[in-house]
Amino acid sequence: MLQFILNDQDISTDLPGGMTLLDFVRYRQNLKGTKIGCREGDCGACTIMIGELVEDEMRYRTMTSCLMPLANAAGMHIVTIEGINPTDGSLTPVQKAMVDESGTQCGFCTVGFVLSLTNFCIEASRNANPAPQGHSEAEQSVMKRAKESAVSSIDGNICRCTGYKSIERAACRLSEQLPVNSEQFVPEYFSKIVSRLQALRNAATQAETRAVASVPVVSGGTDVYVQRPEELAEIDANHLFYDDELREIRDLGDTIEIGASVTVSDLIESPVMNAVFPDLYKHLKLVSSTPIRNMATLAGNFVNASPIGDMTIWFLALDAEIILRARSGSDRILALKDLYLGYKHLAKQSDEIITAIRFRKPGADSYFNFEKVSKRTYLDIATVNTAISLKLADETESEIRNPNSEIVEAHVSAGGVAPIPLYLKETSAFLSGKQIDAETIAAANEIMQAEISPISDVRGTADYKRLLLRQLFRAHFVELFATEFTDITES
Amino acid sequence: MKSIDAHSHVRGESVYLDDIPLVQGTLFACVFDSPIAHGKLKSVDTTEAELSEGVFRVITAKDISGENQIGGIVPDEPLLAHGEVHFAGQPIAIVLAETEELAKKASRKITVEIEELEPVLDPRVAAANGDLIVPAKQFVLGDTSNAFANCEHVFEGRTETNGQEHLYIETQGAYALPTEQGGLKIYSSTQGPTAVQRAVCRVTGLPMHHVEVDVQRLGGGFGGKEDQANAWAAICAVGAQLTKRPVKYALHRMEDMRMTGKRHPYSSDYKIGLDKELKIVAYEVTFYQNAGAACDLSPPVLERTLFHCTNSYFIPNVRATAYCCRTNLPPNTAFRGFGGPQAMFVIESAIAHAAEKLGVSSSEIQRKNLIGDGDEFPYGQIAESDAITSWMQGDAEYDFAALAKEADEFNSTSKYFRKGVAIMPVCFGISFTKTPMNQARSLVHVYTDGSVAVSTGAVEMGQGVNTKIAQVAAKVFGLSIEKVRLHTANTLRIANTSPTAASAAADLNGKATQIACEQIRDRLFEVAKPLVEAETVDSLSLENGFIYRDGERTSLDWQTLVMDAHLQRVNLSEHAHYTTPGINFDWGTAKGHPFAYHVYGTAIVGVTVDCLRGRYAVDYVKCCHDFGSSMNTAVDHGQIEGGIVQGIGWMTMEEVVYDEKGRLRSNALSTYKVPDIYSVPKDIEILPLETSRENLAIFNSKAVGEPPLMYGIGAFFAVRNAINAFNHTSPEFIAPFTPERVLMNLFRNDNRDVVG
Repeated sequence: MLQFILNDQDISTDLPGGMTLLDFVRYRQNLKGTKIGCREGDCGACTIMIGELVEDEMRYRTMTSCLMPLANAAGMHIVTIEGINPTDGSLTPVQKAMVDESGTQCGFCTVGFVLSLTNFCIEASRNANPAPQGHSEAEQSVMKRAKESAVSSIDGNICRCTGYKSIERAACRLSEQLPVNSEQFVPEYFSKIVSRLQALRNAATQAETRAVASVPVVSGGTDVYVQRPEELAEIDANHLFYDDELREIRDLGDTIEIGASVTVSDLIESPVMNAVFPDLYKHLKLVSSTPIRNMATLAGNFVNASPIGDMTIWFLALDAEIILRARSGSDRILALKDLYLGYKHLAKQSDEIITAIRFRKPGADSYFNFEKVSKRTYLDIATVNTAISLKLADETESEIRNPNSEIVEAHVSAGGVAPIPLYLKETSAFLSGKQIDAETIAAANEIMQAEISPISDVRGTADYKRLLLRQLFRAHFVELFATEFTDITES
Repeated sequence: MKSIDAHSHVRGESVYLDDIPLVQGTLFACVFDSPIAHGKLKSVDTTEAELSEGVFRVITAKDISGENQIGGIVPDEPLLAHGEVHFAGQPIAIVLAETEELAKKASRKITVEIEELEPVLDPRVAAANGDLIVPAKQFVLGDTSNAFANCEHVFEGRTETNGQEHLYIETQGAYALPTEQGGLKIYSSTQGPTAVQRAVCRVTGLPMHHVEVDVQRLGGGFGGKEDQANAWAAICAVGAQLTKRPVKYALHRMEDMRMTGKRHPYSSDYKIGLDKELKIVAYEVTFYQNAGAACDLSPPVLERTLFHCTNSYFIPNVRATAYCCRTNLPPNTAFRGFGGPQAMFVIESAIAHAAEKLGVSSSEIQRKNLIGDGDEFPYGQIAESDAITSWMQGDAEYDFAALAKEADEFNSTSKYFRKGVAIMPVCFGISFTKTPMNQARSLVHVYTDGSVAVSTGAVEMGQGVNTKIAQVAAKVFGLSIEKVRLHTANTLRIANTSPTAASAAADLNGKATQIACEQIRDRLFEVAKPLVEAETVDSLSLENGFIYRDGERTSLDWQTLVMDAHLQRVNLSEHAHYTTPGINFDWGTAKGHPFAYHVYGTAIVGVTVDCLRGRYAVDYVKCCHDFGSSMNTAVDHGQIEGGIVQGIGWMTMEEVVYDEKGRLRSNALSTYKVPDIYSVPKDIEILPLETSRENLAIFNSKAVGEPPLMYGIGAFFAVRNAINAFNHTSPEFIAPFTPERVLMNLFRNDNRDVVG
């Protein structure tokens, strides 16, 4: 029995937990405001809000309901457009902004935008300080960031009619109104959701939680629901997404340990991660879109074993290791780079699940960069992605990074250039002990080109992928060390 | 004035095809389509599928009671393949089951035996084989042969433009319900209700008065649902006819992308000749249109390519030849611009080519050759041109030279980035080039409570046509827009409609509505005359819900007047008919006056290319656009912004990829990329052209649907200019400029150490 709140309504259902939330709301609940555009999380027409009770407060995130198993709704507050609409037929501030700025043409994608912006508004209002009224530089900068956040909230919504400018104007206008009482954006009944979910949680039987390690295992669902939606729709899988044990990010001193069900959004919001990765948001913004980042988990990315999995490439370059737990309950540790044996072939038993990822905490002497190019810069799958981490001998306190330092340790990874997400073993080994200069970079590229074996496919020709990796490898060094070329980061 | 649909859109209460409440007993269709692009269809085995859970019936070509044919212009497109398959994705069988999932499951159990034949994918190969869908078409002005002999400079080259997936967010779909006496009611997501009606009648054998087609709205169309909506409606109709049960089919995105045609790819050759003063004296162009496996709308698309082969320029000697080439791709079809963009890309390439060789800027050649008042288009129509004024007003507002200089200065200091700027003038003809299609009807009812209902053949798909039509009725009746309600496009209320296409729907249907409303208004004035003691009806007017006499408000309000008229047995309804005056075209001579008017504009596009990674961003598109006199700036600005972004998408990231077997590889949103919010121009500026010229548009408000798309072509040339600023390699004229093509061009002479 799955129990949750859908808009203002308590739901108890025996339907298979694998059914998508999209089919549930549209065809079982007859809530037709949520639209079907692609069923693979790429258009955002089916965006809904998921409210989770976190420390006696509701925290909402958007998700694409086409990739979300019903099981992941358990204990949550699910919000569709019907749960936002004022009952008197009027409009919320978000809806009004969209109308006033003519942010809707054919209307088919519109509801997704409204939900994304509503989610932005209520979360921003919850988190933010009073709106800056002045025109000081600091205040202007806060305003600019608010606008950027408003726009980033709709980075997973595709519109084919408007060219987005009108929607952007609506988003900016909303960001200027913030923060206001979040009640403005949602109906009255939202104020009772905390207590209703608490009651639901207390009453819920914990009996059916993962006692049986059934197969398949589903976490955020963003990959498996693209690959085999029909198979999953009819079954109850082993759903791990909201397993609290798997959702922690812990600073263990020398290492950082991240639970398997931590999402990309969790990483972006994590103080632990931001403390060691100053460019975290800039890099992870290149990973899919807001609603997908809200769902996509690290372990899911690892076991999907896509040769271009962004997070896999990221953690390969951190020389991370994973903790695998067998059905028996015993754990073993495996280097992430040893997980991949061949195309979608893993050094993992079928009864094992990943429970955590662990990596050495980068110090002041460490440098990390992530590069990705795809046909569309954002909300796309990489043609080639690559990450690098370098530990340098020179531990100066200076702000200016010293490119003349010797590399003590290097780890380089690349995606889209082999049947597996590739740890560039030879290239990494070569870089150790070298000075960072044009010669080293050129020589490393030679080795790298010998390590990779790209194929031509819909994302690009093999020749292009080779050239692109060379360029992105160069870009690592330009980003990390060529401070005189500041324009590189402008775009 | 905001869109009249906006309120229900933002509340998620607007109704699209998949939202129509289901009638009990509805069956769901799923098509089994050919996995092979070309072959002999030896057998189809549906046994397993028929035994599959929940399956009611499986239909193949032999079951069709009417004609197995949906080709509108040329009868070359069977609804279900028989004998041969001509493209991967061609429907072969229809499974009807109790649920969508069961229909899908069963369709996978169908097996076919196909003897594979070599697919033809290249239009030049098809042309060489003589496989043309219609005979070649040609426009001739002056004498190019003689003219080239006297040209100071002559350049020849070749261009390629790829297709474009429409990617309406609402996929194709239809829902057919059996009605009395063997009739059918069809809900369809179509731009052409009458085209659907004809296709349905053909496959079912029913006469047109037995078939009702109803269209509430589309979740985007862009031309993709003009002819390509027919198949799905016909499939549901055949199913409903055979089973006597309602049949629904809303396509899955991957089915839609795989089975439907797209914008036509073109391969073209050009030859351009200029004199010493950089005047273009002669231009020859040959277009090889990749039409796909069936005619669809390819011939009129090809014709519009010819009509726009010289874009905004006057060239005294032109020879343009166009081939409609049959290949083994899904039948390519209408897409916003309808062949115009493909033509403009070629002339702009020719100019860029000439400019590069002559060491001048493209804009210099562009500016010198803009068409002027009284100049002749290659098809005989005499220009009433605002090409030069739109350029000059744009230049005055944005300062083209300063923008170019800004890019140059940036380029001289940046190590890894290059900026490129390009100007894109556009001239687009408004009217269906097939003259008989330029007609429309409107049905207007005024009810006794004073509310007004309007039905036309126009289909609302986000372009705001219904809002404009409602404005027309509200204006004529002097009412607020809330008093007017637009109803569905329905073939029982409005018969023999032209599709909502060619940017002409607001003009045609708006004018028909204007006529209908004026006739009702005139009858109401007769009723009002004695009531307000007016001498003549000429002294009367309707404003703010009241009758005015000599500009003074009387005590007679609209609702009282309407009720009085009804009691006096005056007709409060009208069904009016409009045809565009003064247009004609003779394909015998390939001359005439096909367009009611042209829309002009000039845009300047700026981009920044990251020369390290091959990525790029469009910094701005600034245009001076000819609205005539816009009746709805909110709607029209939305059309411009949306059109520009769609045009940029076509020129940059949108890449339709078929493999060597003719199977679509870019078959999902994960592999076919349309612009997202981060990839659109940071800045779009729109300056309305100042003009007092009269035109044939509704209330002088010119058509705006298609023309702005072609500003996006400037993005290609801006990117190309940026690459040239980096390495002077003169990239070929092959669109789209994907990040791959950009990077490969940036390092064209520097690949050795990559593979080494």
